[in-house]
Amino acid sequence: MPSTLIEKYIRESHLPHIWCAGCGNGTIMRDVIQAIDNLGLDKKDVVIVSGIGCSARAAGYMNFNSIHTTHGRAIAFATGIKMAKPHMKVIVLTGDGDAAAIGGNHLIHAARRNIDLTVVVFNNSIYGMTGGQFSPTTPTGEFATTAPYGSIDPNFDIPELARAAGATYTARGTTYHVPQTIKLIENAIAHDGFSIVECVTTCPTYYGRKNKKGDAVKMLEYQRDNSVSVAKAKTMTAEELKGKIVFGELYVDNEKPEYTKEYEKIIEIAGGRSDE
Amino acid sequence: MAGKEKRLRINARWCKGCGICVAFCPRQVLSLVKDKVRIQSPEKCIRCGMCEMRCPDYAIWLEDIDETEENYG
Amino acid sequence: MAERKRALLQGNEAVVEGAIAAGMRFFAGYPITPSTEIAEGCAKRLPEVGGRFIQMEDELASMAAVIGASVTGTKSMTATSGPGFSLKQENIGYAALAEIPCVIVDVQRQGPSTGLPTSPSQGDYMQARWGTHGDHPVIAVSPSSVQETYEETIRCFNLAERYRVPVILLMDEIVGHMREGIEMMSPEEITVLDRLVKEDPEQAAMPYDIVPGEYVPRITPFGEGIYYNITGLLHDNWGFPSTSPVKNNRQTTRIMNKIIKNAEQIEKYETDGVDDCDTLIVSFGGTARSAEAAITIARENDYKVGLFRPVTVWPFPEKALSEICDHVKNIIVAELNFGQMTLEVERIAKGRCEVTHIGKVNGTILKPNEIYRLIREVSR
Repeated sequence: MPSTLIEKYIRESHLPHIWCAGCGNGTIMRDVIQAIDNLGLDKKDVVIVSGIGCSARAAGYMNFNSIHTTHGRAIAFATGIKMAKPHMKVIVLTGDGDAAAIGGNHLIHAARRNIDLTVVVFNNSIYGMTGGQFSPTTPTGEFATTAPYGSIDPNFDIPELARAAGATYTARGTTYHVPQTIKLIENAIAHDGFSIVECVTTCPTYYGRKNKKGDAVKMLEYQRDNSVSVAKAKTMTAEELKGKIVFGELYVDNEKPEYTKEYEKIIEIAGGRSDE
Repeated sequence: MAGKEKRLRINARWCKGCGICVAFCPRQVLSLVKDKVRIQSPEKCIRCGMCEMRCPDYAIWLEDIDETEENYG
Repeated sequence: MAERKRALLQGNEAVVEGAIAAGMRFFAGYPITPSTEIAEGCAKRLPEVGGRFIQMEDELASMAAVIGASVTGTKSMTATSGPGFSLKQENIGYAALAEIPCVIVDVQRQGPSTGLPTSPSQGDYMQARWGTHGDHPVIAVSPSSVQETYEETIRCFNLAERYRVPVILLMDEIVGHMREGIEMMSPEEITVLDRLVKEDPEQAAMPYDIVPGEYVPRITPFGEGIYYNITGLLHDNWGFPSTSPVKNNRQTTRIMNKIIKNAEQIEKYETDGVDDCDTLIVSFGGTARSAEAAITIARENDYKVGLFRPVTVWPFPEKALSEICDHVKNIIVAELNFGQMTLEVERIAKGRCEVTHIGKVNGTILKPNEIYRLIREVSR
């Protein structure tokens, strides 16, 4: 019998999961179920939506209403689910390529609408499923199978991108900072509006190996030694913050109206009766 | 999280031998044997739960002794 | 009989009324000529009936949102035209494999690429069948009048629910923008099929396990306490990814067979004067109106001409056409493209009669006279 948390929320007959040894995705998946458990959500009303990639496989392991969709489109599928059933808690599990490259348009527009979705980005800075190509979050100069001379692409800051687009809750966690990340995901789910938590994770198999970052332990130690909290970051200069992972709640706005609630008003104006 | 009523459990089938639990255990309780986690020095365990929190494969966890019937191993 | 409401509508507006009558309560779309009136109509009409409309950021997103809404049991639709239809294809394949009911309206315009946005075409006929990658099931329906558009939209929703496939309402700009007086049926007259589910919760947890004798899974919508997985990967009866050649073959064959084996229930066509004709015109959608006019002229001039008009264009009403091929001398396929349905007709005719194509790809319609001239020519 596994731990009670795993037993309660994970389809254990499908374990061990497909992720590589030392991959942080399993840690983030447990953070998500721990956050759901802490909030005491009714499983019936929770939908887990994922796209394509390593991160996307999480949906199949989670014993909820789960849907593993197409590459980049998880947020768009989730928007349809949330519009059709506004009372449901819709949680999107996605990766850096899925959310910020092929799905970047859906990310910014869902943020703009401030529709009540929670997006958890498993950011491993690489395309893992296809074997180590650079992603929109691979730091400039680093190596990947499609950047054999080092990447010349500048990289996105995903929470900042979402905030600029209109997201009302943005945060960053890491696979090292487990209790803090669980709390961030909890707050994101509880937030009424578009919320996004970027979880910095480890890919020792591709990103780690290509960039000589060492094994999973070394990569976690790197997170520990190079992360600063939002509070501490405020006291640091831009120069000091270079190369640091700033974790914690980055932006919270509780005032902006939530999209599906605004649509309820449209139904009322049009004289319809909502079944919600 | 600590407490004498808990003990470590392992599901070796789920362990991928990444070594995270071994490295982050504050009391050097664990080791890797043939790429699988082993409870090397159970007497040193302070039941802090660090291994369970860090294991990405859910292969090691603290369990209430009362509810325990058999070990996976 | 309950009272019917009469209205003067364009085809695109009739789609909206038909969809709402069929129970559609979610629409996601993106503006594109010549289908935009459908999105505009849904934006106005859906909230009136407690439904929801959203204008998405692009065509891909609207197809995705439609599938998302449908997994919660909400009847859903999107509408587009050629370029957008191309963009939606990946997710149409997802709906085909994961067996999520939905209706996609494609109001065809002249292509390829941006082509002629405001001009009619029937150039998406093959794309409607084979637009997405891989072997997959699909149903496509092509109405010829505004009244038929209204009625066929209702049928599209019922087909989507009955067979759990994406159903393409393959319109063209002619019918989409044509205005005609129609009669809207009263709710009592309309048959609306609701989603089939399994009663036993243990059975329901195995959504893709098929009830013996059926081809179509009964899948409980999200939110009812039945926990299962949906994926675009080939999957087992629980909806989990499978790499077993046996299971994968069984699944792919079944989703194809659910249409193939039920083709006669899905097929719909109209014939006129086919029993004793020498020449048969095969035509569909808006072009069939020109074909009908050409046949009237031809008959006035003593030519024996019949009409075969498929309403369900995929699967093609093969058996019905094949029987006619035994006795006609010539078939003329009139369609606004370079010869797409013609390929299907040639396949079915198997050389038993001459098959000639007449089409146009310049953004104008086929005129009755043009079709009549060809009738005279082939009858010589």
